[in-house]
Amino acid sequence: MTETNQPGDAADRSGAPAADPAAIAGRERLSEQVVRTGMFGVQGTSDTSGYGGLKVRRPPPLSSPRPYGSYFDEVADALASSLEQAGSGFGDAVERVVADRGELTFHVRRERLIEVARRLRDDPALAFEICTGVSGVHIPLDQERELHAAYHMLSITHNRRLRLEVSVPDADPHIPSLVDVYPANDWHERETWDFFGIVFDGHPALTRIEMPDDWKGHPQRKDYPLGGIPVEYRGATIPPPDERRAYE
Amino acid sequence: MSTSADQADAAEGRVYNLSGQDWEEVVAAADEAAEAGGDERIVVNMGPQHPSTHGVMRLVLTLDGETVTELRPVIGYLHTGIEKNLEYRTWTQGVTFVTRADYLMPIFNETAYCLAVERLLGIEDRIPERASVIRVLLMELNRISSHLGGIGPLGLELGASTVFIYGMREREKVLDLFELITGLRMNHAFIRPGGVSQDLPSGAIEKLREFLAVMPGKLGEIRALFDAAPAFIARTKGISYLDLTGCMAFGVTGPMLRSTGLPWDLRKSQPYCGYETYEFDVPTVTTCDAYGRYLVRMDELDQSLRIIEQCVDRLAGKRPAHDPVMIEDAKIGWPARLALGPDGLGPAPDHIAHIMGQSMEALIHHFKLVTEGFRVPAGQAYAAIESARGELGCHVVSDGGTRPFRVHLRDPSFNHLQALPAMAEGGLIADVIPAVASIDPVIGGVDR
Repeated sequence: MTETNQPGDAADRSGAPAADPAAIAGRERLSEQVVRTGMFGVQGTSDTSGYGGLKVRRPPPLSSPRPYGSYFDEVADALASSLEQAGSGFGDAVERVVADRGELTFHVRRERLIEVARRLRDDPALAFEICTGVSGVHIPLDQERELHAAYHMLSITHNRRLRLEVSVPDADPHIPSLVDVYPANDWHERETWDFFGIVFDGHPALTRIEMPDDWKGHPQRKDYPLGGIPVEYRGATIPPPDERRAYE
Repeated sequence: MSTSADQADAAEGRVYNLSGQDWEEVVAAADEAAEAGGDERIVVNMGPQHPSTHGVMRLVLTLDGETVTELRPVIGYLHTGIEKNLEYRTWTQGVTFVTRADYLMPIFNETAYCLAVERLLGIEDRIPERASVIRVLLMELNRISSHLGGIGPLGLELGASTVFIYGMREREKVLDLFELITGLRMNHAFIRPGGVSQDLPSGAIEKLREFLAVMPGKLGEIRALFDAAPAFIARTKGISYLDLTGCMAFGVTGPMLRSTGLPWDLRKSQPYCGYETYEFDVPTVTTCDAYGRYLVRMDELDQSLRIIEQCVDRLAGKRPAHDPVMIEDAKIGWPARLALGPDGLGPAPDHIAHIMGQSMEALIHHFKLVTEGFRVPAGQAYAAIESARGELGCHVVSDGGTRPFRVHLRDPSFNHLQALPAMAEGGLIADVIPAVASIDPVIGGVDR
């Protein structure tokens, strides 16, 4: 479906010794952490169905090989050459590239985030004029990189989109602020600090924005309870949403 | 309690904490300060309860006379935890939460969320044609009701209460159509991952045609009152200026961006729901001010009517025998259909007969989908649509489970309110009002 720009690359892959890709994928999966056991969310019952032994593992982290397809290769090449002009390598700044479901994601090391963003904004070949903000994600199972920040970039000039993702450990939740490069990120970063506790270093006024100033904790983290009380109706009691059965 | 002001000596000088009935003291103190050569800055709290802040939003204004020298918007008074609550419901139930975010454009919230979930599921190409047409129809109706809900209050805030009443009256026509089609005036939860919850009811096409017949004239009434009204122009022309550079810096999209002359509209540039198959124009002006934003919104109403007419033609045309509005996938598509029985609206009898009498698999699918919901493959997606206020993005993350792992709405109002100081500082306090109204923020979306 996608055209190959580097025929040498493709030949290398097809000429490699024929290991069964399904077997490799199976081994990769088995090395991942178990995230769910059993079915139907039932715990502590004498399950006779056999489903209680089911183990579901976390999917391995995605990393896409070239070609990425669509305009993604062009963006990656432009960013690589732009970073090289500035004297740093692409692989040094971008840990992984993921082209999944028609979207391109660069996993960027936090030390290089500002530089990458500046290149994305200023290089005419990239011209990502707008950063539509940052969305935090808290993934407790992703050890040493529990907190993720996803930046969605938009280039009006080239009509392209791109996601930058930065992951940091919970113990050291610091990411440099992009407000200098994209002033629009001001409130978005305050929101992400408020809800996830990610500290955006260099932000002009990193204060809470949605929760009251004296609020304790960061409510959208997974370890923060939803709260709620059981509701009684005609003698039956419905537990609060976070205590109901979860089919995870 | 003392009626006099609590006074404190802050680092910057004397601060007056107004608790009321102390105007004489305040004036005397201000005179004193002026005689002593101090500045006369007054800090005014506008909101959180104030009719012209479009909801519970607070503006902290520093005034030098009538000139605003500093403006700080303070938000968070309507935070309801929609994004957190979503994480404890199924993917389908998520729609009922996002629809309540920006309550003046519920259909856009639902569509953005569903498009993101559908991208994660990988079923974007399998959404039935009719479902997409109904989505476009509802979105454009919603654009009309939302713009009228923005222009009407703008009139009210500038003293033109007739325009407000006209705006609300015409908006009511759209809400009546929503009620007919979805069952509710707002918070519809009508658009679902995989399609829409129901087909159009009988009589909807006729009502839509009636609406299309009367609406241009009704919009003309508003235009006749506002387009060339000297008082309106004096209050909006050249007011709350934000040019293209400013829009880019603040990430401003939608009518505010198009009032700078840039015809950026996601319906044209990154079409979704089949927008590329409709004929419409992207209106722009180059004035960069509140008046221009009003003109853009009025012109967009005409374009929305054009799109609605094309939708109605498609929906009213000859239908194939099999024309679903929900994806034909027993693992995703909501199985139950509603039907009007003698005792009111309830599950369709033929569906009940099917699951209770004929097919055990159908019963299992029904039970599993309704209680457990469907699983969405792990990954993340960002779907952006051109809502009434600009780019509405939905960032959805799944861990492979039956509940959303994380849903974030990138709400245009939230983003645009940041630009308010740039638009209002240095102007008169009276011009803050049209500046806020020209952003058309809805606090439900800002605070979520």
